[in-house]
Amino acid sequence: MTITEKILARASYKPKVVPGDVVFTRIDKVMMHDVSGPGVIKVFNEWEKKGKRFERIWDPDRVWVTEDHFVPAADIVSSQNIIALSNWTKRYGIKRHYKYGLGQYGICHTLSHEEALVLPGEVYVGGDSHTNTTGALGAFSAGLGHTDIAYVLMNGKIWFKVPETMMFNLMGTKPDYIMAKDIILKIIGDVGTDGANYKTMQFSGETIKQLGMDERLTLTNMTTEAGAKNGIIEPDIITDAYLRKRTNTPYFPVIGDPDARFSEVYTYEIDKLEPTVAKPFSPGNVSAVRELQGTEIDKAYIGSCTGAKLQDLRLAAKLLKGKKVKIRTEVLPAAQSIYIEAIREGIVNTFLDAGAVVGPPTCGACCGAHMGVLGKSEICVSTTNRNFPGRMGHVESQTYLASPIVVAASALTGKITDPRDLVN
Amino acid sequence: MMTVMRGIVHKYKRANIDTDVIIPGPYLKIHDHKELAKHAMEGLDPQFPFKVAQGDFLVTGSNFGCGSSREHAPIALSHAGIKAILSPSFARIFYRNAVDGGYLLPIEVEEATVDKISDKDEVEIDIKQNKINNLTRNESYTMKPFPELIAKIVEAGGLMNYKV
Ligand code: SF4
Repeated sequence: MTITEKILARASYKPKVVPGDVVFTRIDKVMMHDVSGPGVIKVFNEWEKKGKRFERIWDPDRVWVTEDHFVPAADIVSSQNIIALSNWTKRYGIKRHYKYGLGQYGICHTLSHEEALVLPGEVYVGGDSHTNTTGALGAFSAGLGHTDIAYVLMNGKIWFKVPETMMFNLMGTKPDYIMAKDIILKIIGDVGTDGANYKTMQFSGETIKQLGMDERLTLTNMTTEAGAKNGIIEPDIITDAYLRKRTNTPYFPVIGDPDARFSEVYTYEIDKLEPTVAKPFSPGNVSAVRELQGTEIDKAYIGSCTGAKLQDLRLAAKLLKGKKVKIRTEVLPAAQSIYIEAIREGIVNTFLDAGAVVGPPTCGACCGAHMGVLGKSEICVSTTNRNFPGRMGHVESQTYLASPIVVAASALTGKITDPRDLVN
Repeated sequence: MMTVMRGIVHKYKRANIDTDVIIPGPYLKIHDHKELAKHAMEGLDPQFPFKVAQGDFLVTGSNFGCGSSREHAPIALSHAGIKAILSPSFARIFYRNAVDGGYLLPIEVEEATVDKISDKDEVEIDIKQNKINNLTRNESYTMKPFPELIAKIVEAGGLMNYKV
């Protein structure tokens, strides 16, 4: 069995599962945020109206709640949602509620790894499609809608169809100025935005062994953009070192069997990879940065669960150091802990000196909600993960998805720019 | 859940109609289902909620509902009146949200079937027979049967009503 099959088998108390089996799976961890949370509450309320009483939820210690999409409260509706969410977590004794303005908080997926809330071998579901992100820690992590999350909160389990696994072998040494974002955009361009529908995307190979956790998380984060049920990387010493800095909780890692079966095996020679972007209006519409040199842009955005982890900020800042940006540049670290560390390392000063604005952690502009929404004619180069029509604002606004290094290089010239051309 | 449904088709033949198109990000803070319905498909056709009547169907290109896990997407469509969607394929979270929430039926059909059905055709969907009858054109097509568990959840009217 693959790692995914083994985790699902263990959690459904079965000696073996094969792709296509439908299993009811025990859940280890659950997340909901300020968009899925109110939906969950509504499901509970509707059942209470029908006469059901919920004195408690299944296990409040396995649940956490984040405020990320509409904080700082974008308007009255958003702030009412957050009040409702706070009352609900209090009522059910959920201690992990990461509140805006109260110590550590940030984007849901970022907290799941920053706070080591999910451990290798676990089954984790979240009320957000990019829950896949946390698969980089060697867990089965999948996004669900709010009815399914409510069901898990009542029953501690949910159904899954065991997915087939697509294996991506990444070979060679990653060149300078190439990031995991370039790798995953290239892959999505090849397999298509529905190429991994209902399947697992697993990453392996020598390049993976060289990638730090922040970079691995970018790969799994964007498996959602190929339609994957989950993305996963087998835990190793990098995973363990990352977790040991954050928690003492023991865990039981799972790795795949040597004779595990994959539905497809892809091999990528990462040492030959070029800086890559996804053009409007699909993450699968990819192109080498070189082919787009000179495309004028209005805004550079360094933010989101995909592209505002510490390593993302570090590499963007390295390129901006001592230079000035030419276009509006907005930087939003993905969690408060990352923000604080970026200040300590002088990264925030580098951004400010370059002329960029640095804002509080939030999803904000990534989903076109607030904090820098794009106007009709605006073109943005962004470290985020989606560029569907209207994703970051007006339906005619355009977003190019790129790595933090490419976004930083483009901020310096006001045009889509290959970072290698700036340093040579 | 009725096993035979009749309605008018609204056809958007584009593939990859994503959740940002079905219900744009700024509306995610709204949890009133009727209010969401007013913005269904706003990113593609702002007139959509005015064109649809209760019990109508959507016919679309493949990978419908790709993108986010927002349950707002099937909620907005179903409260606008859509009771089933015919497409060659669906994005996984949209599919399970539609079924588990009991909002509408995601029905998989051949690409060719999508080509044969036109906007405004009157269609009858028979889930028991796995058949789609195009009353306007006097044609019949097959649908992919629901997998066993999905069929049971559909019959129960959503996951919450389903007894394991
Ligand atoms: S940052 Fe963007 S992609 Fe990540 S959770 Fe927030 S809205 Fe979703």
